[in-house]
Amino acid sequence: MTATDPLRFHVPAPSARPGEPPDFSYVAVPAAGAVRRPAIDAMATDIRDLADTMIRVLDDEARAIGPWSPPTSPDDLRRGLRAMMKTRAYDDRMQRAQRQGKTSFYMRCTGEEAIAVGHALELGPRDMYFPTYRQQGWLIARDWPLVDMMCQIFSNEKDRLHGRQMPVMYSARAAGFVSISGNLGTQYVQAVGWAMASAIKGDTCIASGVVGEGTTAEADFHYALTFAAAYRAPVILNVVNNQWAISSSQAVAGGESATFAARAIGHGIAALRVDGNDNLAVLAATRWARERALANHGPTLIEWVTYRAGAHSTSDDPSKYRPADEWKSWPLGDPIERLASHLIGTGSLSELQQSELQAEVEAEVMSAAREAESYGTLLDGRVAGFKSIFEDVFKEMPPHLMRQREQAGL
Amino acid sequence: MASMSMNAAVRSALDVMLGRDDNVVVFGEDVGFFGGVFRCTEGLQAKYGSHRVFDTPIAEGGIIGVAVGMGAYGLRPVPEIQFADYVYPGLDQLISEAARLRYRSAAEFTAPITVRMPCGGGIHGGQTHSQSPEALFTHVCGLKTVMPSTPYEAKGLLIAAIEDDDPVVFLEPKRLYNGPFDGHHDRPVVPWSAHPLGDVPDGYYTIPLGTAAIRRPGSDVTVLAYGTMVYVAETAAAEVGIDAEIIDLRTLLPLDTDTIEQSVRKTGRCVIVHEATRTSGFGAELAATVQELCFYSLEAPIERVTGWDTPYPHAQEWDYFPGPARVGAALRRVVGA
Repeated sequence: MTATDPLRFHVPAPSARPGEPPDFSYVAVPAAGAVRRPAIDAMATDIRDLADTMIRVLDDEARAIGPWSPPTSPDDLRRGLRAMMKTRAYDDRMQRAQRQGKTSFYMRCTGEEAIAVGHALELGPRDMYFPTYRQQGWLIARDWPLVDMMCQIFSNEKDRLHGRQMPVMYSARAAGFVSISGNLGTQYVQAVGWAMASAIKGDTCIASGVVGEGTTAEADFHYALTFAAAYRAPVILNVVNNQWAISSSQAVAGGESATFAARAIGHGIAALRVDGNDNLAVLAATRWARERALANHGPTLIEWVTYRAGAHSTSDDPSKYRPADEWKSWPLGDPIERLASHLIGTGSLSELQQSELQAEVEAEVMSAAREAESYGTLLDGRVAGFKSIFEDVFKEMPPHLMRQREQAGL
Repeated sequence: MASMSMNAAVRSALDVMLGRDDNVVVFGEDVGFFGGVFRCTEGLQAKYGSHRVFDTPIAEGGIIGVAVGMGAYGLRPVPEIQFADYVYPGLDQLISEAARLRYRSAAEFTAPITVRMPCGGGIHGGQTHSQSPEALFTHVCGLKTVMPSTPYEAKGLLIAAIEDDDPVVFLEPKRLYNGPFDGHHDRPVVPWSAHPLGDVPDGYYTIPLGTAAIRRPGSDVTVLAYGTMVYVAETAAAEVGIDAEIIDLRTLLPLDTDTIEQSVRKTGRCVIVHEATRTSGFGAELAATVQELCFYSLEAPIERVTGWDTPYPHAQEWDYFPGPARVGAALRRVVGA
């Protein structure tokens, strides 16, 4: 061969940009119930096929079918539905509060509620979650007080974090929810470290870490998988694939070439790829991974396939980079509607009860917002004071910080 | 009491703490079965088990990252970074995570980790085995930075660091592992067994972080040094016949400014010596501190003797290293001798 064609530089692009019709043909959606459920002690090498398909429980008629259909009670499912609805109502309220100038910033998880909520209800009370900024559903599912969450968002005097952290960077140890860093991927490795510690001590609880599909590009993702595999750490490694980082699509993170679940295969880590908008599939996959970890069979990576229905944050305008109505074409639907339909279809919920539930969660959010706002918001300027900024840098304040505190007039 | 080299003293500190506290775990590249490339963990895996002392993948970001997670769980991890020159992939975990976890969570979560790493030159290690990155750590709020210069201090400071509830970067000047080194590379190595500061108690003791030591009292000039440079400064002062007060800072952050202030007020002169590069080095912070605290006592400009602002060269190591000739010349200039 003497002549060579010029090399071509490939730049991944999303399937549709603003003004173009949404195109989700790249998302293959197998029928509900079609994927096998291996034993929890299956060798990772024997279940590689599960990284390339999608575990789904709810079919198009919202019936629960197949081997992954989890044995759950209608009460538990109603509890999950309530938490998902409350999360969406909370998001709507906080989004509005940002538009009203009561907070500088907010991040909704609209369309992704099933994942954090299902995970929170399925993991144990002593398990530890290393979330990102879009897992508020965990706190709500665990009945963490909304007022406490809102006070953090308003950075007011009741904010336990003293206004040090941007809104939504909660910390709630008692709910098994680690302080959110705001950096991406760093806490994935820490989840593995926490799980290693649990195993070192012969404890009986596991850790669960979260990244988005975009963050799988960070070195931390690979550190986490390497350490989790090497030490067979009792950890669940979640990749929430909501199709969009900010304006870069999953293709920019390498999603054109392989699924994100498949990242686990080279590490010998069990991988599941799951319909993240199917709350029953979330419960089932979480349960499988937790039981596997607790039985010392090691980590599981779960790719949750979902769609970020809202903007990345209140500082973002997604109409600039993706079709405005893309969400309506998303093949996996709306997780709240799907679970509600399932409960209605099985006679566990009536449409009247559903609208009553909606009114109930909205009233709960409204009442919490009134209370939280009474402690101060950005709008009325009653935010956490300056006096605490020198505290908690170290356990005991060293002399140089004491001097600076004095210079600051405190 | 036993005569110990500095690496043996480090090992003794780890041994004491592994024995005293079940939550102490030691890990890093080659630290388990093999006992570390500088032998600082030799025998500890056999004694305490591979769940307490173990090898890790070659991933400094992973090593420090899992340490932060273990710390949040309630352990006291003591990870080793094989050379300080390799710590950079772990900086995000140190700077963005370990150093700020307490602050951002209002103390709900903390990272009581001690990250050990050999630093400094003098072993023909070139630019990837010789660096002194201490200023990167002192610039980060929430980290403590420690550098011992004797076996006795290495053990007492390391135990204090492990017991400390905040993250500590523990820098071990590798040229001092086997003996004090005064910069005269062409002379025979003096082992710690021939030095009084090589006598180390076998059991538990601590040296509080944040305290400097006056290594040699004097009246002509104050020398601020740490690590290997303490011996270089001692030798340089003796060679030029200047009565220098030599302060071994031991902990760079929190800094013992009281000891510095008292000394410079007394001598009126100050020379700062470190192996690291000069620009934005820790010497700049020291010079500013001395100026803020002692300006009206100063009788001469403050001088810095440091590594040159170049990567650490291999074949030209002894031209790069701030040895006794350069330190002695600075002492003479500052005292006007």
